Amino acid sequence: MKKTRIFSIHQKLKAKIIEFAGWEMPVEYSSIVDEHLAVRTKAGLFDVSHMGEIMVTGEDALNFVQYLTPNNVAKLFPGKAHYSALTTPQGTFIDDLLVYCLAENQYLLVVNAANTEKDYQWIVSHQGSYKVQVENQSDQVTQLALQGPRAQEILQPLVPVDLGEMKSFRFTWTEIEGEKVLVSRTGYTGEDGFEIYTYSANPVPIWETIMVQGKELGLVPVGLGARDTLRLEACLMLYGNDIDETTTVLEAGLSWIVKFKKGDFLGREALLRQKEEGLKRKIVGFELLERGIPRPHYPVYISNEEVGQVTSGTFSPFFKKSIGLTYLPLDYTEEGTIFEIGIRGKRVKAQVVPTPFYKREK
Amino acid sequence: MYPNDYYYTQDHEWVKVENGLGVVGITDFAQKQLGDVVFVELPEVNTQFEFHQVLGVVESVKAVSDIYSPISGEVVEVNQALNDNPELINEDPHGEGWIVKIKIKDETELQRLMSASEYEKYIEGIEE
Repeated sequence: MKKTRIFSIHQKLKAKIIEFAGWEMPVEYSSIVDEHLAVRTKAGLFDVSHMGEIMVTGEDALNFVQYLTPNNVAKLFPGKAHYSALTTPQGTFIDDLLVYCLAENQYLLVVNAANTEKDYQWIVSHQGSYKVQVENQSDQVTQLALQGPRAQEILQPLVPVDLGEMKSFRFTWTEIEGEKVLVSRTGYTGEDGFEIYTYSANPVPIWETIMVQGKELGLVPVGLGARDTLRLEACLMLYGNDIDETTTVLEAGLSWIVKFKKGDFLGREALLRQKEEGLKRKIVGFELLERGIPRPHYPVYISNEEVGQVTSGTFSPFFKKSIGLTYLPLDYTEEGTIFEIGIRGKRVKAQVVPTPFYKREK
Repeated sequence: MYPNDYYYTQDHEWVKVENGLGVVGITDFAQKQLGDVVFVELPEVNTQFEFHQVLGVVESVKAVSDIYSPISGEVVEVNQALNDNPELINEDPHGEGWIVKIKIKDETELQRLMSASEYEKYIEGIEE
């Protein structure tokens, strides 16, 4: 089992450790609910070094990444990133990811921990005659996420760049405590915040410096438990739950990352056809109307017929109600539609609601 | 830490005898393992349960955990406060976080359960 370079900190803080995607990761330090609320009201620091980093370099890097993904890579420039996917010819997901344009011929793909090896093999196997080098750098990179309304206030004194000038999905190379880092205004919580990447062999001082700087502002360490409840409130997809090789990018409600006009890409034809024919099902957000907690794989019923399963579900710490995501037949995806979820043999009523559940004030 | 007059199960429930009734809850060890309790499914009053039958469910953010009845008998009272304040189980698992009260059918069943010191040794063994 792998450990991140920050593991000693999690041990020292007596975090509850779980196995996730082959890594020993902190799921909570104090309480998932407290950590979740801290991120929504102050700030939280996450070790997300288990994520994968795949570097694509070379004269055909732009064209290659354009082919592998549905979003328009030509709109990126050094210092800009976007959310995208690795798509199959059917328009379904190999993974969702962020694409960072590091240079005209260099793109960094940040992928899910559970899919790193799969994604690397997929990319390499599609290289064909594209003149690129593909490198899996995941074991070299430490990634931290500093998220919450106070994130900028905490990080600003530690870096020589003006974070106020950094817009969403922009990034820059800078330094923290003398270590070279890439800081991007990105995140997986629905809050303002930054993701911080470093190749440093000893990144622990970076974590410690941020924690010390943020202490008085209420910064706390946050584990994977709260990471999941935060992203679900913000309606961010989780691979393996909400998206996978059986769900298309359009069914997942992510048509905004599909740029048909940019040129050919894996899955373009299938997605175009699906768009023209109309979707048969689509992901929706729901709330329970009765007591209970919806969980992944719980059956979903419409008029007593099982139509699918809950893909993500939890008790929302911020809203203090049960929320979740599921795919419903298109006719039933309107807000207000009532359906049922099977919880331990009982049918519990749920209602389709607008998403995202949580949207931060700008 | 673990009250001496309570009895304990291997599934981390406790039972305290009070006026012929068995007050049932889950232990401090169990609530720590679960994390923040956000939902409790309580049985209906007057339902009968056999020893080790599932009488309810405690849910944390990340886990669903069955509550096994430590004794046989009829539920005479459930802790309604847990509907609005499930976190009582985290805050006071051996007191305010009690879950049900059961009319004890057969007091000899208590003899199969662990004492406080036996339970403490048992959980030390788990933690290793």
